[in-house]
Amino acid sequence: MYKILEKQVLSDVTKLMVVEAPQIARKAQAGQFIIVLMHDNGERIPLTIADYDRDAGTLTMIFQEVGKSTMEMGTMNVGDGFKTIVGPLGHPTEIENFGSVICVGGGVGIAPVYPIARALKKAGNHVTSIIGARTKELLLWEDKMRAVSDELIVTTDDGSYGRKDLVTVPLKEILDAKPGKIAKIWAIGPAIMMKFVAATTKPYNVPTIVSLNSIMVDGTGMCGGCRVPMEGGARFVCVDGPEFDAHKVDWSGLLSRMSFYRTQEQAAIAHWREKHKCNLDRAVAEGVK
Amino acid sequence: MAELTKKERMKIARQDMPVQEPEDRVQNFSEVALGFTMELARTEAERCLQCKEPHCMEGCPVEVTIPEFIEAVREGDMAKAVRLMKAKNNLPAICGRVCPQEVQCESRCILGKKGQAVAIGRIERFVGDFELANKTFDVSRAPSTGKKVAVVGSGPAGLTCAVDLGRMGHDVTIFESLHTPGGVLVYGIPEFRLPKSVIRAEIETAAKALGIQILSDYVIGRTLTIDELMSKFDAIFLGTGAGLPMFMNIPGINLNGVMSANEFLTRVNLMRGYQFPEFDTPVMVGKRVAVVGAGNVAMDSARCSLRLQSLRSKENGSEKGGEVHIVYRRSSEEVPARLEEVHHAKEEGVIFDFLTNPVEILGDDKGAVRGMVCIKMELGEPDQSGRRRPIPIKGSEFEMKVDQVIMALGTSPNPLVFVNADGLERSRHGTVVANNDTGRTTMKGVWAGGDVVTGAATVISAMGAGKRAAADMDKYLSGEISW
Repeated sequence: MYKILEKQVLSDVTKLMVVEAPQIARKAQAGQFIIVLMHDNGERIPLTIADYDRDAGTLTMIFQEVGKSTMEMGTMNVGDGFKTIVGPLGHPTEIENFGSVICVGGGVGIAPVYPIARALKKAGNHVTSIIGARTKELLLWEDKMRAVSDELIVTTDDGSYGRKDLVTVPLKEILDAKPGKIAKIWAIGPAIMMKFVAATTKPYNVPTIVSLNSIMVDGTGMCGGCRVPMEGGARFVCVDGPEFDAHKVDWSGLLSRMSFYRTQEQAAIAHWREKHKCNLDRAVAEGVK
Repeated sequence: MAELTKKERMKIARQDMPVQEPEDRVQNFSEVALGFTMELARTEAERCLQCKEPHCMEGCPVEVTIPEFIEAVREGDMAKAVRLMKAKNNLPAICGRVCPQEVQCESRCILGKKGQAVAIGRIERFVGDFELANKTFDVSRAPSTGKKVAVVGSGPAGLTCAVDLGRMGHDVTIFESLHTPGGVLVYGIPEFRLPKSVIRAEIETAAKALGIQILSDYVIGRTLTIDELMSKFDAIFLGTGAGLPMFMNIPGINLNGVMSANEFLTRVNLMRGYQFPEFDTPVMVGKRVAVVGAGNVAMDSARCSLRLQSLRSKENGSEKGGEVHIVYRRSSEEVPARLEEVHHAKEEGVIFDFLTNPVEILGDDKGAVRGMVCIKMELGEPDQSGRRRPIPIKGSEFEMKVDQVIMALGTSPNPLVFVNADGLERSRHGTVVANNDTGRTTMKGVWAGGDVVTGAATVISAMGAGKRAAADMDKYLSGEISW
């Protein structure tokens, strides 16, 4: 069992967990991911590594409750554990001193962008970070991002905090203000955000890296469920990625593939809520007695 | 029973194994073939002529002493039968279920020349199941040698190698990338053909008796690399199988509803997707499914599809399940699957489209499969595999109405394991180069066997390779021979 050592509620739907996994913490690098499985009846889900502590032998993961499994994960507490955590999977981010770089994080995607920004900063890059979310409540790790960035821009879609903009707006401003100066851009967030980041940077011809999170089972190249159509043929996110050249990704193909199990995902949530409600009803009834 | 004459033995008909009826079994995932009773097993054992020079053993990759164990069954001495079996084969309950006996031991049986061969596989399964239920056999471990061996992969090759090394007194650690040991036995082969409880029992019994440590969730190549293992172990065996799925290079291959058999079967078997939503992993099944390929994996995919279709239509209250096709570019003669699987698939209603090859998968406006364009094939001259080469018939394209396509075209070794293993030579097909008799690779202290060396093959051939490697590793570790 992989024990939960710490849990933070970052928002109603965003949770942070520090888990014990020394054999993975030993090896983890920025850009890599893990697969977690809660229990024998669970599903294997990929999560990007938000942070790691080699000495303590721990991993930090941040997840948003979007489906049945992440909702159930949200109910787990310190002392509980996962049946399986496997990794570190995928290729690490290629870190070197590129010069001036931009790191874009959207929503829960801010978490995996953090170790990349930190590594880029440490390698001597001038790091400008743009973090954004739908609303203030969904923003996370502003302080941590500020600590590893030379400049930090914060946006919210609804203007409840920072600039009222999508992340692509300040991104475009920088590209316009510093023509030819930005060596490389990383963007991690919802697929639709990454798609628009790719569209924004393409005319400027600035190499742009995105970290994809497609549907996976094993995470080791076995199932091919995570394959993403791309210029030059489909690639497996688990073993060829998770980072790819944003300008080569077939975004509509990716979005379509990510929706494949939507009906069943909805059914799973309904089933979970029903079960949960029953437990609640029972608890209430027993409490009344 | 009194001793029978040869003539009397030959008059006994080959005993059928009780099975679930096709119309019942397509509605569940329980085992199809129910196994011999003691009476059936002993009757079948009476058929064996106890040849002076038996050929059956030549057909067995792990050299089970077939006439001897059959004789023990005939005499009703099950403890002896188990002992004889386990001397050569650690996993009889598994092999009895999944070996292609008709091309191995049973193909050499003298009775098969004029009539039907002794049902060696069925008797083997009976012996294996008897042992799982009755535990007559003590797996003994030789005095500890103090040598540490890492076995990478817990499928048939790795398990067999680990058990043999354990019996020889070596300290064995198995590294498994998934959360459950068993490799292809648990992710690939469905419950109705090989129940998980059988695999678990076989593995747990052996591991416990021999002190074998099984570390799940270790992806060698990522969590640890081969060179790291080298520094901690005296020897390494690679039995990582052939896990990488192949996709056809045709238009529409990335549409929703096109998937590898690996993905489909892993969702159904390992993750128990057929019990969704009690189990969390979803699995999709179409109303009209095409499985491309005709190996065991294709049969398993087709039969899982049929079962999912009837389970789902039951849930929805609709009458008919759906349709499942096997689409194969060669003819029925060349089908590589085990005979029993093809037979069962046909009984269950799988439709076989032979001499048919997909050329394009058609999608709807939402990116989901709506059909598949196929071309008719004819057989030409034999190719390198010795099978007649399929040739497309010009202008014979036609459209099949399907909403799911499962690719069961074979698999190749997963290259992930080879990170930081520079001395390890591989063929251009990605398989590890290893000596066939010893399993030695080009990297000192590293052996390999099973599908990672041969490409996708059978459970029993992988077990044979695991066995041969264990024997050579033991000699090397004891200092009897050098590298």
